[in-house]
Order: sequence, then C-alpha cells, then structure tokens
Amino acid sequence: MRPALELRDLRKAYGPLAVLHGVSLSVPSSQLVFIIGPSGSGKSTLLRCCNLLEVPQSGAVLVDGKDITLAGVNLNEVRQQVGMVFQSFNLYPHMTALGNVTLALRKVQKMDKAQADAEGLQALARVGLTDKAQNYPGQLSGGQQQRVGIARSLALKPKILLFDEPTSALDPELVGSVLQVMRELRESGMTMLVVSHEMGFARAAADHVVFMDQGQIVEQGSPQAVFDSPQHLRLREFLASLGQR
Amino acid sequence: MDNLINVFFNPDIMVKVWPFLLQGLWMTVLLSLTVVPLGLIGGLGVALAGNQGPRWLRWTTVVYVDFFRAFPPLVLLILIYFGLPFLGIDMPKFAAVAMGFLLNTSSYYGEVFRAGLESVPRGQMEAARATGLNRAQALGNVVIPQATRNVLPELISNTLEVIKLTALASVVALPELLNNARQAQALTYNPTPIVLAALMYLLLLWPMVRLLSRLEHRSTAVR
Amino acid sequence: MNNAAPLSTLDRFVSSFFNTEVAARYLEPMLDGMLLTVGLGLCVIATGLVMGLMLAVVRIQHVKLVNVFIVAFADIFRALPPLVVIILLFFAFPYIELSMSAFTATWLALSLVLSAFTEEIFWAGMLAIPKGQWEAARSTGLGRWATLVHVILPQAVRMTVPPLTNRTIAITKGTALGSVVALHEVLNVSSAASSEAGNATPLVMGALAYLILFIPFVVLGRWVETRFTWKR
Repeated sequence: MRPALELRDLRKAYGPLAVLHGVSLSVPSSQLVFIIGPSGSGKSTLLRCCNLLEVPQSGAVLVDGKDITLAGVNLNEVRQQVGMVFQSFNLYPHMTALGNVTLALRKVQKMDKAQADAEGLQALARVGLTDKAQNYPGQLSGGQQQRVGIARSLALKPKILLFDEPTSALDPELVGSVLQVMRELRESGMTMLVVSHEMGFARAAADHVVFMDQGQIVEQGSPQAVFDSPQHLRLREFLASLGQR
Repeated sequence: MDNLINVFFNPDIMVKVWPFLLQGLWMTVLLSLTVVPLGLIGGLGVALAGNQGPRWLRWTTVVYVDFFRAFPPLVLLILIYFGLPFLGIDMPKFAAVAMGFLLNTSSYYGEVFRAGLESVPRGQMEAARATGLNRAQALGNVVIPQATRNVLPELISNTLEVIKLTALASVVALPELLNNARQAQALTYNPTPIVLAALMYLLLLWPMVRLLSRLEHRSTAVR
Repeated sequence: MNNAAPLSTLDRFVSSFFNTEVAARYLEPMLDGMLLTVGLGLCVIATGLVMGLMLAVVRIQHVKLVNVFIVAFADIFRALPPLVVIILLFFAFPYIELSMSAFTATWLALSLVLSAFTEEIFWAGMLAIPKGQWEAARSTGLGRWATLVHVILPQAVRMTVPPLTNRTIAITKGTALGSVVALHEVLNVSSAASSEAGNATPLVMGALAYLILFIPFVVLGRWVETRFTWKR
C-alpha cells in the first residue's frame, strides 16, 4: 500500500547554511513515526517541509502519492490533509477555543456556523475539552491550549498529523494530558509524524523511530532497535547524553 | 514638464531666495533648540510631580497634561500672541512663541515621561533606597535613566513633532523658514520658495524619521 | 481702545476677555465654525485611517517596488510639517491649474499626513503579531487573504488602538491650521472677530470651543489606552 507521506531526497539550505542534506523517509498509513536528534539536526525543518511551511530547494514531498512541491498544487487544499501541531500552540488569542477550531471549517471548507460548531465540538470532544469550548486561550492551561491546537487540526479530518515538539513548551505535569491524546489518536488509526524528546512516549507508542543528525537520517528502526541496540556512534552519544540506556 | 520645473523648481528663483530661506532655517533651528530642552525639562518635571507627589498633585498634572494636549497649539499661540497685549503685557515675539510652544510640548513630553516612569518597577526605587541613596539620588541614578531608555523612541518622535511645530510660528510672522518662504513666494509670484522650504524641512527631518523607524522596529523585533 | 471709561483692572480684564455683549454678537459664526471643524475632523479621520490601513495591507504583500514608494510616502509625510503641506496644496498647486478650496486643501493635507502615521502604526502592529499565528492559520488551509482578515488584522488592530487614538487626536487638532488658508473654522472666525471687535473675547470663545471639542477626545483616548493595554 502506498505510504501516507513520503519524502524523497529533500535538500534545504538557508543561504550558505545547508540544513537538510538529501533526506528520504516513508511514513506508512496509520503509523506513528518518531524523529529524534540533537538541536540543529534539521528535524524541525524536515517536519515543516511536509506542509511546505519550509520549501525545500530540491526533492519531493508526496502526500498520498501526489508531489506537493510541484507548481500548480493547491497548497491550501493540501494543508487541510496535512495538519500541524506547534510547539508554542499558536492559538488565536482573540477567539474562543471553539472559534479557533472552527475558523478553517467556516472559511476554507465553507461550512455554515451550525455545522462547523457541531464538527468543532466533536473535535474538542476527542481531546476531552468540550467544557472549555467557550473559553479563550488566555484562560486555559498550557496543556489545554495544546489540546485545542490538536483539535483545531483534527476538525479538518486530515490524513496526516505533524507534531513539532508538542510538549516542549509545557510544564512537566501538563505533558501527560497531551501525550494521552496523542496515544488515543494513534490508536484510532491516525498517521502521525512526531518530532519530540519524549523518549518514553516513543518507546510506548511509536511504530518507527528515526534518528537525525546534521541534516541526515543516521539510523532508523523500531523503538527497541533504536533505543536498546543503537548502532551508530552518534546515536549512542545522543542517547547517553539524555540518560537513556 | 518644462513648465512644471519652471513653476515649482525654478533655478533662478532658488538661487535668489536661498539666503533668505537659510536665515529662516536658522530661526527654526534656534526656536527648536530653545523649546526642546525646555520642554524636556518641563515635561520631566511634570511627570516627576505626578509620579512622586501626593494624590492631588497627580490629578493636577493629569489635568494640566490633558488640557494642553486638547488645545490646538496654533490656537494657544494666537491666544498668547494677540491676547497678551490686551492684558497690557508686552512680550517680544520670540518669547511669546516660545512660551506658547513650551506649554504644549511640556504636556506631551510630560505624558511620555509619565509612561516611562511608570514602566520602571517599584523594586528599583526600593533597591536603590535600601543601599542608602536618598530620593533624589535614586531618581537621578536609577529610575530616570531607565525610564528615559524605555521611552526613547517616543521622546524622539515627540521631538520631531516639536521641530515641525515651529512652522506654526510663521502665522504670527516670526521669521522662521515657512514664514520667509511664504514672503518670498508673495514677492516672486512663484511657489518655488515654498517647494524649496519643503525640501529643506525634509533634509532637516528625514534623518530623524529614519532613525525613529529603525528604533521602533528594533523594539518590536526583540519581542 | 474700547471701554474708555475708568474701570478697575478686574473689570477691564473681564470686558476684554469675557465680554458678554461681544460674545452674543459672534455666537452664531462661532457655532458654524465649530460645525465646520467637526466635519473636517471626521473627514480627515475617516480618510486617514482607511488610507493608512490600505497602504499597510498593500505593504504586507511584499512587492519590493511598491513598498519603496510606500516607505518614501510615509517618511515624507511624517517629516513635513502639516502646515507646509497645506500651504503647498493651496498656494502652489494653482500655478499648474490645480486649484482647490481651503477645505479640500486642509482635508487632503491632513489626510495624507495622518495616513502616513497610521500606515506605520498598522504596519508595526502587523509585524508584532508572532509568526506562529500566520503559520497556524496557513497550516489549516486558510489562504493569505483569509489569514490576514480573520487572524492577523483583528489582533493587530487591537494592539494599535492606543497609538492610533493619540496620533488621530494630534492630527485632527491640525484643523485649526486651515485658518491660515482662510478656512472658516473656529480659529479663523475667532481671530477675525477679535480683530473686528477690537476685543479678545472671541478668541477666548474660540479657545473654549476647542476645549469643548477636544477634551472629550483626549479623555476618550486615555480610557481607550487603559482598556486596550490590559487586554493582552
């Protein structure tokens, strides 16, 4: 079966600074692929190439078989299928949680308010926040805000969800609630590509782990293979620096 | 095209009126150099009175500031210039103009300094006093420098406004730049002097506008 | 002068500055002048705000050539004293057969100046919106225009209300400058009346008129400032 997301030989540079040196990766449907690596390894850039928030200089990004880097592709449509959850949540402060979730439904998918609200509430229910629908982001905890951010992407019924360090900006006691939602999403069959430092979560929930360093994929495999028997020296050094056995 | 140049950028007229306009520019600079420092001091004084003084003083400064911010400067100028003689007070033109502008600018600077003083956390004053500095020293060495740094863009913006304000003095025939330009225009039946004066204002003030833009964008970029 | 009979200094002061008979004589033209000032002010505010917003929205499209002009426009009209612009429009333009009324010259000059300031204020407001807001909205498929209208501008406008209010008040006071080109607004009417009557009372009336017109604005401005800086 065709992978939900495929990256072929992606290269990206900012002026003279090369960040991605030809990265290829395949994300099969309904699987959770986890990307780890030191800062500066290019993992965030790689993730952001998947919905073209960053545009690679060369290489292809195939969503469900279609290369979205080609000219003439309707990016707005693509972005409804490839959702993104941000490290700093990026909720719209001037709208309620429900407003945040339904904005794209109303403006892009052109739903009427009643239908958009219904679908929005469904998405909020999936992250366990229906009772906060009328609250503003400023009134929510970090974990709640991030879950609203997830609901905002879920409401569009995407094929893939991208997570850019979703818990890095959260206080430790709030991380659990977000990881719980992510676990449930995986169980419901969502395809997910996650950049994060939450190794425990990777062990428990990831189908495939990818280690990146200096703009390249150095090693990849099942969580057991990567965490318990790392082959590459750099991976072993990285895991050691995090206190992982 | 030729006609346009003859009318607005007539080289002969430019050469002829240049010295006269230069005199006007000098008066503009003189007026600015008088009003800006006095306005800054006055404004700082008003702000300090409001910030450090008792409740009633704070209210008074608010009223003072709001009054002179509401009052169009030109009206103030005319009132002082034409009204004083009715009171039997005979004041030289420059002084009357300077006084009118001073009332206006001290209230604007006062407002800026007020925001600046309020932006410095109370803890700064407490810390300074706790090391034995008296009030004046604490204010002068710790609070006021920080306050000024915090509102520097606004201060520069206001100074720019003050310099532009000097053009109003032309209405009471103070021989500053705009006044001389209008006289020259009347004498030569040609608007070139006014265009030349506009260019001179731009030359004088554009650098400040650019500096201001850069300062403003730097403070929003740091966020 | 007038009032030649020997009066106490206070009486002389009152009859020079607060003469009720003179006041009654010039009350009607004063009220007309106030109406004109208000009308002119509203026109300037409307044009200045709309033009400034439009220019800022154009600027965010990032067309380099166009932006050079916008920045030049903003710089020039923030550097020039408004009175100079009024004089240029009123006295210089007729030489190329483009004459305009005192009202038009004053309105146009003040609008150009106000829009230069409001463009910069709106621009700074939009820049201050974190990049993440753009990214989040675009990531859900919203186009550039929809993002601007529904996510960016609502936040930017909220942030820009205090500086906008201040600047708008400052420029609107410039309606008094129209008196220099004989626009029959308050200052003009009161100085003419004062000269005619040989009495300073009309000037005092004019001053009062301005206070009545603008103090509410300034108080409104203060209220707006406190309300909108708490929000963030």
